[in-house]
Amino acid sequence: MNPGLAPRIGPPLATFVVTAALAEAAIRVSDVSPLLLPAPSAVVRAAWSQSAVLLPALAATARCVLLGLAASAALGVLAAVALSSSRWVERAFYPYAIFFQIVPIVAIAPLLVIWFGYGSRAVVAAAFIVSVFPVIANTLAGLLSVDPALRDLFRLYGAGAWARLLKLELPWALPFILTGLRIAAGLAVIGAIVGEFVGGGGLGVVVLGAMREQRTDLVFAAILHASALGLALFALVNLASRLALRRWHASESSA
Amino acid sequence: MAAPRSEPRATGIAVALRGVRRTFRSNGEAVEAVAGIDLDVAAGEFLALLGPSGCGKSTLLRIVAGLDRQDAGEVRIEGGPAGARERVAFVFQDAHLLPWRDVLGNVALPLELLGQPAAACGEAARAAVAQVGLEDAARRFPAQLSGGMRMRVSLARALVTRPRLLLLDEPFAALDEITRQALDDQLRALWAATGTTVLFVTHSIAEAAFLAERAIVLSRRPARIVLEHALDLPAQRGAALRADPRFAREMGVLYEALRGGDA
Repeated sequence: MNPGLAPRIGPPLATFVVTAALAEAAIRVSDVSPLLLPAPSAVVRAAWSQSAVLLPALAATARCVLLGLAASAALGVLAAVALSSSRWVERAFYPYAIFFQIVPIVAIAPLLVIWFGYGSRAVVAAAFIVSVFPVIANTLAGLLSVDPALRDLFRLYGAGAWARLLKLELPWALPFILTGLRIAAGLAVIGAIVGEFVGGGGLGVVVLGAMREQRTDLVFAAILHASALGLALFALVNLASRLALRRWHASESSA
Repeated sequence: MAAPRSEPRATGIAVALRGVRRTFRSNGEAVEAVAGIDLDVAAGEFLALLGPSGCGKSTLLRIVAGLDRQDAGEVRIEGGPAGARERVAFVFQDAHLLPWRDVLGNVALPLELLGQPAAACGEAARAAVAQVGLEDAARRFPAQLSGGMRMRVSLARALVTRPRLLLLDEPFAALDEITRQALDDQLRALWAATGTTVLFVTHSIAEAAFLAERAIVLSRRPARIVLEHALDLPAQRGAALRADPRFAREMGVLYEALRGGDA
């Protein structure tokens, strides 16, 4: 096992346990209504008793998030490559890429349902829309920061655009792409849940249903699942980053 | 598979510059970098281009490499432009390696880009790495190398195509003195072993005198030739030469010309 794992996982885990214990004690002492704020123990009980609902919902949301994130990675990198091809293309189109960052997903989700119908396609689209911009912006920054001397070197040996892209620009941009994906992973979960509020399915619907039934404990349990999903994706991107960069990039080579 | 040292000498090629001029535009203002340079470099010669920082000597070298284009004048490289990519190599001020490739991968890059088959690339890369004495570091990554080793990788990358014209743009300027002298020795030995033509840009008088057969001293911007001087020094140059009175005398000649060009 990685010897660095315990010191990295220990402190945040301890923070979690201590915070939960403090919350439990505070809620029991203050006698606040479980309708407003259920105790952590009640949330855990709800998660356990409703696992037949929560786990399939988690799986459905996870599937949509992964598809949306994959679309963001692929189309975001492609878009950035296109934008980096010339100053004029960048000037003409980049302002519109920013649309993806400023669009209020809550407002556009009904439109996605109109276009894609109820179900997972609208949810995937919502996850994609909120998560693609950080991939585009970071990849573009990476592509534009390629060492000019290395560009000269490739020119000196008559490298074509394809060789330059595969052997210079994309590897150079890889740390930037991974940073973009790290941000995109969390956003994709947000986009998917909002998409599910309108388009149906997954943890979003569990939250809505629990709210209608005034089961605040179940709302919290669903939120917990969504957070776990976001964290797992973040860890996945970190792992990919570690494997890809540890031999050569300062961001991953210190450990 | 012959060892690199016993390979037949590749003959260097001659270069001729006629009235080469280059003017840059910056903020609407024309800045003349190179003002009409005429220069002949003989095949197999080691020529140093010596001048103050920012005098336009790097611009001149980039024009010879085809990385920049002159506004007027002519650059003739023996054998013409066909196949120039195989025959000309360029070494930058810093190593500029691909950090995600190990030493062998970096050295093989030029051959890859020229479309050579992978097996030939690997074999030639190993030979070039051996030429600069880095066999033991062949599988290490740039981040794991010292500045001097990185520069030697950069040198091997330039040598891997067996260039007949080697252009170096202040390649060792960022290194400490001891490392720099070691690399000067190595470059001089490589030149003697390969027979390639070398154009070496530097702002160091000692480096120009130690390395070259002939030195061209350039004035402040715009670059003009103020002195062409054949160095009267033995062909065998080692550490002892640096303490030799002849070496001091030649440095004095270059220093006077450099100061004159500054006025």
